[in-house]
Amino acid sequence: MSFQVSKNGDVTLVEVEGQLIVGNRQELKQQVLEQLEGGDLKFIIDFANTGYIDSSGLGVLVSLSKKIREQGGELRLSSLNEDLRTLFELTKLDTLFRIADDKRQALEGF
Amino acid sequence: MDRDLVLELSTDIQSIDSAVDYVLSRCATCCDHARRLNLNFKVGLTEALSNAMLYGNAHDPSKRVVIEVSMGPGTLQATIRDEGLGFDPTSIPDPTRPENVSRPCGRGLFLMRQLLDEVSYNDLGNEVTLVLRLDSGSALEGGARA
Repeated sequence: MSFQVSKNGDVTLVEVEGQLIVGNRQELKQQVLEQLEGGDLKFIIDFANTGYIDSSGLGVLVSLSKKIREQGGELRLSSLNEDLRTLFELTKLDTLFRIADDKRQALEGF
Repeated sequence: MDRDLVLELSTDIQSIDSAVDYVLSRCATCCDHARRLNLNFKVGLTEALSNAMLYGNAHDPSKRVVIEVSMGPGTLQATIRDEGLGFDPTSIPDPTRPENVSRPCGRGLFLMRQLLDEVSYNDLGNEVTLVLRLDSGSALEGGARA
């Protein structure tokens, strides 16, 4: 499980490898907040290589989205597989986040 | 149902992933319903273990969590018990209500109820029993109520 951080212009891309769960959610939070404190305002978290997100992982995404918005920025999500989409729809978090099919779509209009 | 598997874990959130994977691998040998096992049961078991460790045992590494799994004809049942003081499962607000959607917590029990066929607690609230019927059709057909 790891997080790969890269830049595409002024957009920070975080790719989640493996799972986003109670055991590693703080690491994601720390990595994104470090970038936010450095002045980054546009974030995409990509789940193309993510098999599972638990409720703690969903919670950290909600928390990050709020913090980023408070700074005038935006967080988008991308590449959720069918199972992950199900979790977002069940919890109504698909209404809270802008979710793209892939990274390219997420970058459009940013 | 007879207990097919009993695990005892220390309160260590890093152990949840491997424990769930082990239970799923044991269940997969008698289960052809891959999606309901790998989504519904996985979510329910993971959330129950997280709740037991984070809230029931309050991160106390000296406290244990016991998992008992039974595999019956077309049914999986798991009981997760912690050493905490228990809680009232009816006190957890609905995280999908508009006023709660932006909260960072409170989705674990909701997901358990959505994806499993039965979710029940003992009187104290430190033991939860999860039931999944494997031949119920789609992965979204759960809908347990407290």
